[in-house]
Amino acid sequence: MISSLTAENLVCVRGEKRVFEGLSFGVTAGQALAVEGANGAGKTSLLRMIAGFLAPAAGRLIVKSADGESDDAEERGRSIGWLGHLDGLKPQLTVIEQLRFYASLYGKPSNDTLLEQVGLARQRHLPCRYLSAGQRRRLALARLLASVRPLWLLDEPFAALDTSGQTLVAQLMRQHCGAGGIVIAATHDPLGLGNESLKL
Amino acid sequence: MSPFAILLMRDIRLAARSGGSAALALSFFALVATLVPLGVGADLHLLSRVAGGILWVAAVLAALLSLDRLFQGDFEDGSLDVIALSPLPLELTALAKILAHWLSTGLPLTLLSPLLALLFNLPAPATLILFVSLLVGTPAVSAVGAIGASLTLSLKRGGLILPLIILPLLSPAVIFGAGAVSLALDQLAPQNALGLLAAFAFAAVLLSPFAAAASVRLNLGG
Repeated sequence: MISSLTAENLVCVRGEKRVFEGLSFGVTAGQALAVEGANGAGKTSLLRMIAGFLAPAAGRLIVKSADGESDDAEERGRSIGWLGHLDGLKPQLTVIEQLRFYASLYGKPSNDTLLEQVGLARQRHLPCRYLSAGQRRRLALARLLASVRPLWLLDEPFAALDTSGQTLVAQLMRQHCGAGGIVIAATHDPLGLGNESLKL
Repeated sequence: MSPFAILLMRDIRLAARSGGSAALALSFFALVATLVPLGVGADLHLLSRVAGGILWVAAVLAALLSLDRLFQGDFEDGSLDVIALSPLPLELTALAKILAHWLSTGLPLTLLSPLLALLFNLPAPATLILFVSLLVGTPAVSAVGAIGASLTLSLKRGGLILPLIILPLLSPAVIFGAGAVSLALDQLAPQNALGLLAAFAFAAVLLSPFAAAASVRLNLGG
């Protein structure tokens, strides 16, 4: 389990553009951090940097856990549950096939009750191409839960969701933090968790 | 089941359900093999002489039709991000995708080849060598193709650039594969050509997952 994630003087450069620089923050187990900022401020870039997809031009990301301290991106990646702005779903696969695939890929037992949790139990045998944008987002949430990772990186987690879906996301984030997990979410909407926020 | 096998099975399932990239490749292969005898004419000797080269080139071009989607689909819908964070290393992810492509495209092309060899009046021993050469060589097409597919991942119309990148790299496979068929046709031993083809395929399958994974990593960084 991760006890904290600390960023020290991160610099992000995309092409010729300096997206952000000197960015430092810390988040500990049980906390949520909302990353806020205008379009193009670098919210997604920051999440991709934490995930290890994008290397910082300067600065460090340090994860502390029971095993010690590490700034290795690959090691950090093994703790990350990812919900990007794309849902990562295949139109040809059914809802249950999709969920089972990701659960098995992450070496976790397939837990069909997750579909009930996100309100997709009735659609379990429906190919994903027939799902609405909100339902696809709910399935992506089920996939996130199936990955059972302590550090959640969420890019616009409320996007495409109706009010009950947004409540569900907030509830899942609260549960995750309550269980000692960490949530970092790039969002334009308040998380509603009494969380810290980081303005880019 | 291991994560490798799980990804492999998913990709085969996707290939089977996505309206037939394999069927498209097989149709293309069959159409080219049918059209060439119509164009060349009824000179059976000439047809058998060109059979190895034509069928090998047709097989490579047919396999190319679905190669650009090797990583593209997962990249465009965000699956690749989730897969990259799974316990499966990207190198094994690339290998699983190469294997899935070969099983859904290269292998069916190989199995169809003896039937198409009939159109070229290829004798049975040469047909057998054509079959063996495709069996041994088509994994190299998928493997080298994976490098091209990963390099063109974030390019718009990358599928058009892909052949320009990988066709030159595949020339050894075509030379040794078609060469083995020619040797069999001349009743000479094709083992050396097949051995070189096998060595090329082995090296391609062994090395390309590393190259493809490195390229995918760069593309994930955007």
